Amino acid sequence: MKPAIKIENVSKRYRIGGLHPGYMTFREMIGGVVTAPFRKLKSGNGHQTLWALSDVNLEIGQGELVGIIGRNGAGKSTLLKILSRVTKPTTGEVELLGRIGSLLEVGTGFHPDLTGRENIFLSGAILGMRRAEIERKFDEIVAFSELEKFIETSVKWYSSGMYVRLAFSVAAHLEPEILMMDEVLAVGDAAFQQKCLDKMHDIRGQGRTILFVSHDMAAITRLCKRVVLLENGRIACAGGPREVVQHYLSSSLKTGAVREWTKQTEAPGDEVVRLRRVRVRAEDGKTIPVVDIRKPFGIELTYEVLDEGHALVPVIEFYNEEGTELFSTHDTNAQWRRLARPRATYTSTVWIPGNLLAEGSLVGHVSIMSHFPATVLHAYERNAVAFQIVDSPAGDSARGDYIGPMPGVIRPLLNWSTEINETTGANFK
Amino acid sequence: MLHGELELSLMDLETSKAVTPKPAVTPAPAFPRAESNLTESAAASARRTRIKSEEAGVALNLGELWQYRELLYFLTLRDIKVRYKQTLMGVAWVIIQPLLTVLIFTLVFNRFVRLDTGSLPYPLFALSGLLLWLFFANAVTNSTNSLLSNANLITKVYFPRLFIPAASVAAGLVDLGVAFLLLIALCIYYGVALTLNLLLVPLFILLMALLALGVGLLSAALTVKYRDLRHALPFIIQLWMFASPVIYPASVVPEKWKWLLLINPVAGIIEGFRASLTGRSFDWLHLSVSAAITVTLLIFSVYVFRRFEDTFADVI
Repeated sequence: MKPAIKIENVSKRYRIGGLHPGYMTFREMIGGVVTAPFRKLKSGNGHQTLWALSDVNLEIGQGELVGIIGRNGAGKSTLLKILSRVTKPTTGEVELLGRIGSLLEVGTGFHPDLTGRENIFLSGAILGMRRAEIERKFDEIVAFSELEKFIETSVKWYSSGMYVRLAFSVAAHLEPEILMMDEVLAVGDAAFQQKCLDKMHDIRGQGRTILFVSHDMAAITRLCKRVVLLENGRIACAGGPREVVQHYLSSSLKTGAVREWTKQTEAPGDEVVRLRRVRVRAEDGKTIPVVDIRKPFGIELTYEVLDEGHALVPVIEFYNEEGTELFSTHDTNAQWRRLARPRATYTSTVWIPGNLLAEGSLVGHVSIMSHFPATVLHAYERNAVAFQIVDSPAGDSARGDYIGPMPGVIRPLLNWSTEINETTGANFK
Repeated sequence: MLHGELELSLMDLETSKAVTPKPAVTPAPAFPRAESNLTESAAASARRTRIKSEEAGVALNLGELWQYRELLYFLTLRDIKVRYKQTLMGVAWVIIQPLLTVLIFTLVFNRFVRLDTGSLPYPLFALSGLLLWLFFANAVTNSTNSLLSNANLITKVYFPRLFIPAASVAAGLVDLGVAFLLLIALCIYYGVALTLNLLLVPLFILLMALLALGVGLLSAALTVKYRDLRHALPFIIQLWMFASPVIYPASVVPEKWKWLLLINPVAGIIEGFRASLTGRSFDWLHLSVSAAITVTLLIFSVYVFRRFEDTFADVI
């Protein structure tokens, strides 16, 4: 089967500053013509160029839902703009198979002075729908937006939530074979977002190809089967959502299984305590970036107490790659509880049992606080460590013999019991 | 407690908190379903699109315009509706504008300065010229500004950009149609004779629309890159009006300047339009020169527009 999207050697150059600003006046142009030869002599190259994309190659199969992630300015939006034909690549070629729908913003083509009804037709036509098609789907669009009562009102009187709802409803009924979306889910209230995600899931179920640019790692990992990471206009890596998101997080957060601060002055903390090292460790003492779901592991904090007389409590918070906080843990051990600590370097380790957390990428935010006389946060480091929990295919973890994806942020290995109530042997033979 | 103080979030996800409470996605089945039936049927109906690079050159791609033709209708409708929303008199302005203009010119050129306008009474003479001229001037001005005022569309979604200025011209045509009622009323009032020449009226309107489109497309495309044009345009339009026989008859132009009227398609079209009202014979030479210039300019403008179109989203 031919790919739905085939991107070949696509590069996009923008000219910034210099000879070709965004637009110029005739005077500048005439001035430019006069001075251009001299400028060329002076600097060799009169203008600065920015390669928003360089040499991108990508094939996306029909029915795939692919996520594109990357930092701001990595080229995500430029890529989407090229694919949705808003702008042309400087070099290279793209081949698309199927009707294209692109949603680079919510409410494309909406005019504030027009009514909801008028805007449905206008926006629909701009997004590429036929008039007959819009007429056919009109009631459905209105029902999806839940705006029946306001459909004859100018949209400038709408609340922003209503506006977004109407806009998304039009877009959701576009039924393209290739759908490109840019951050459009980052709007609306929770219930409506849920509706949007469901709709997207429907669209995918119908075998349509979806390209989805987002900073929302939660949505990316939940929805996409393949994720592409862009860095400085190039594809840094592509693959399963978990690996790529993990790669992105660790490269963008510059966090791994161990974090060390060699200089005291740069270490997180205050005049009381400074954090010096955080690492993920196995029982045998080794630093481990990848944790077996069945094995216990420790998060070890090394910190230096600079001012004596404080009862310190180390705290770690765990977040998964979707940004959900899993839990936080405070040191409640009696050993140092409510006890003023002498000046020294301490190492505290918290042990997380095996068969507790679900697989995935986790990060730990580390802090050190004291509660007497009042609660004070002495040291705090976001994303201090990042690590990956992997499940076992051996059959002795909570997933048993199941090999598909499992939902949930915890994955305890629990006891099941089954009794035979009565023997109906004959029926089973 | 810590959470409140510090607002912890891993990736600055504003949305994740709102989305995550419910499991958003039903657990996928262990063994992937065969989805190939659906995708194959999609492939059968699929259109192929090839996106070429900027270097690949210009294609006029007229088939695509046909494919999107309904969009022209909706954009025109929008332009018309938006223009008269929140106005007290609404579409009446379409008639009031030329009416007042004609009154002013009638006062000046019929009372203070006497102009010989042949068989047409001056108010009718002026109105016939002004209707077409105001249409032309408004269409050119609106289409020149149309791309800039639709920048949000141009940077967000693809469709043939040609339709944005074209819709401005088309909306002007609708206004012209309404204003025509005034002309008909005046024709009846002055008892203008019905002649076969009247059959050519649509031709002159069409020519004027094509000319407006030609000039509008060119100035719209250039305005995206060179904003000067927006400021210069009112003067150009004004100059053009005085260089055309809109409020004065072509007969008052001295012989040595007649060539200027010949190369000015507005002159040919307006004179022809008047001839069709009076039943006077047409100046076929002048008309064919005007038509030729109009068509040539339109083809050139479409070409230039298509050439600039690719970079609109980058420079607007």
